[in-house]
Amino acid sequence: MDNASIRARLREYLTTDILRDPSYPLGDDEPLISSGLVDSFSLVDIALWVEQQFGVHLDNSELNADNFDTVAELAAYVEQRQ
Amino acid sequence: MGRTLTGRLAALTGEAPERECLRLLDAAGQPSAVLSRRRFLEGVHGAAEQLRAAGAGPRDLVVLIQRDLLTLVTTFFGASLVGAIPSILPFATEKLDPVRYREAMAALIRVAQPALIATDALVAGDVAALLDAASGPLPRTLTVEPRFVSLVGGLQHEASPEDTALLQHSSGTTGLQKGVALSHRAIFEQLDAYSAALGFTPDDVIVSWLPLYHDMGLIAGFLMPLLTGARLVLMSPFDWVRAPHLLMQAISANRGTFTWLPNFAYNFCAQKIRDRDLEGVDLSSMRAFINCSEPVYDASHRLFAERFEPYGVGLDRLAVCYAMAETVFAVTQTPVGEPAPVDVVDRASLRGENFARPATGDAPAERIVSCGRPIPGMEVRVLGEDRTPLPDRHVGEIAVRSSYMLSEYYRRPDATEAAFCDGWYLTGDLGYMAEGEVYVLGRKKDLLIVGGKNIYPQDLEALASAVEGVHPGRVAVFGVPNPQTGTEDAGLVAEVDTDDEAAQNEIRAAIRRAVAAGSDVSLRHVWLVPRGWLIKTSSGKVARSANRDKLLAEMGE
Repeated sequence: MDNASIRARLREYLTTDILRDPSYPLGDDEPLISSGLVDSFSLVDIALWVEQQFGVHLDNSELNADNFDTVAELAAYVEQRQ
Repeated sequence: MGRTLTGRLAALTGEAPERECLRLLDAAGQPSAVLSRRRFLEGVHGAAEQLRAAGAGPRDLVVLIQRDLLTLVTTFFGASLVGAIPSILPFATEKLDPVRYREAMAALIRVAQPALIATDALVAGDVAALLDAASGPLPRTLTVEPRFVSLVGGLQHEASPEDTALLQHSSGTTGLQKGVALSHRAIFEQLDAYSAALGFTPDDVIVSWLPLYHDMGLIAGFLMPLLTGARLVLMSPFDWVRAPHLLMQAISANRGTFTWLPNFAYNFCAQKIRDRDLEGVDLSSMRAFINCSEPVYDASHRLFAERFEPYGVGLDRLAVCYAMAETVFAVTQTPVGEPAPVDVVDRASLRGENFARPATGDAPAERIVSCGRPIPGMEVRVLGEDRTPLPDRHVGEIAVRSSYMLSEYYRRPDATEAAFCDGWYLTGDLGYMAEGEVYVLGRKKDLLIVGGKNIYPQDLEALASAVEGVHPGRVAVFGVPNPQTGTEDAGLVAEVDTDDEAAQNEIRAAIRRAVAAGSDVSLRHVWLVPRGWLIKTSSGKVARSANRDKLLAEMGE
């Protein structure tokens, strides 16, 4: 899957399942964790979903604001591990 | 043995100085510190020296804003050693809006007048930057570092049992203005009563990730083990929420016997821990997982027991406690080693008549989990609207009375006065009693409990009111129970003028950002409604529960 498709899947998942607001205009470079938009309780959900959707290994401890704070950063990681 | 916080620590250290009392875990679940009683007390003396040098003394309020666990636990007792009154506050996270944090701190400083704010190397810069821009007189700040010194006399202030030992605050601008003041005597009476209810002994091992600024973490997950000679294994809530399996691995590695959790954590652990993270884990040492601090869902217990049965935890290991800061901690407790009783009641009768009639036949029923019976020395009553006691199974406000209560809301005689009625503390919780068991249904007031945290709706409403396009004051925040997560979701409804879809989307996004940045929660639902939609009370205030009911009815939920 190419980077643009991964980003599209991530945006759809995040706005629908995590933000519960499909109309939310989520930008690829918008901070998710450091802004508090995604609360810490949702991080494990995101890690589990990414593992299952893209077949990559992502430990809970990896998902933090230093590593992946945006859709673009998370997509780049998934692409690299696929 | 000593009946003051540090008097007891010293007595326990004298009895068995080399016995382990505290183990701190890092983000990977590895021990970052393993402390004997003697070593811990040396750390307490090290912190006390620094506090003393910074001028902290008897009856001074010392506010602790610290992220490093070792610094936090030693500073807490260090402040107590010099006779000061410690109060642990949540530290500013990176996401928190500096303006809001400053406002909340300013409110606290105005009411409680702390003498000193103790920080650590991790948060000192943030705290200084936030306070820098605040107006008015400010307390001094001190960056405490972990330091161990040999035990010498001269630091210890001899407290009397009635002296205020600590303050506990709820979070948010509103909560920070009401510090619950607890005496040494009240704390030890609670620990005696609660230990008896649990059959708790110095051989027990508590494993906890709970934050120490919350009563459940402070008392059950910190003071109880350290002051009774049991062992504590402590990790950060920030590490646990990102990796919930760390709790199970820590229980397994340390042969844990007790842990306290808010209800959402049962769902969270059952649904979000990978099999690969439970390899080799054995939870059979546990005497009880104790569900406390938000409404208990029977479904959450069942989900948890199903998931962790293969690891040694069945329903008989899932106990329930009803607790609050105002009684130091526990009010009731179900017996350890037995499944918590479940009362099956008729839904229509409960909702419509405020009467918990036992269900019969096929009528829709609700399964209400008991919080147990009052612990020794505690009395519980259920009061009607006129504040007279109600008979069994009638729903009303829960009132409690015991010898171990708060001394006062710190420097708030008005709030102290309002909280009591004929010597009974009015909890603001709704519930009923049946055959001696206490059943708690929810809050009488509009407080939300999201993931175990108390959230004052007015704090979130103020944040949303500041968003452009929202009518200031025409906002209501309320909780929407979510059986999937086992806790409440925060929902917000706001009046706006525009019906343009793009403009509404932008306002919704702006409300989410403002609330995320300015509070401890993320909104799960944001609804925009036209001007005049919200129901107001006769005094002109937005009626939160009425608006929730109206909205959910319109949504068809």
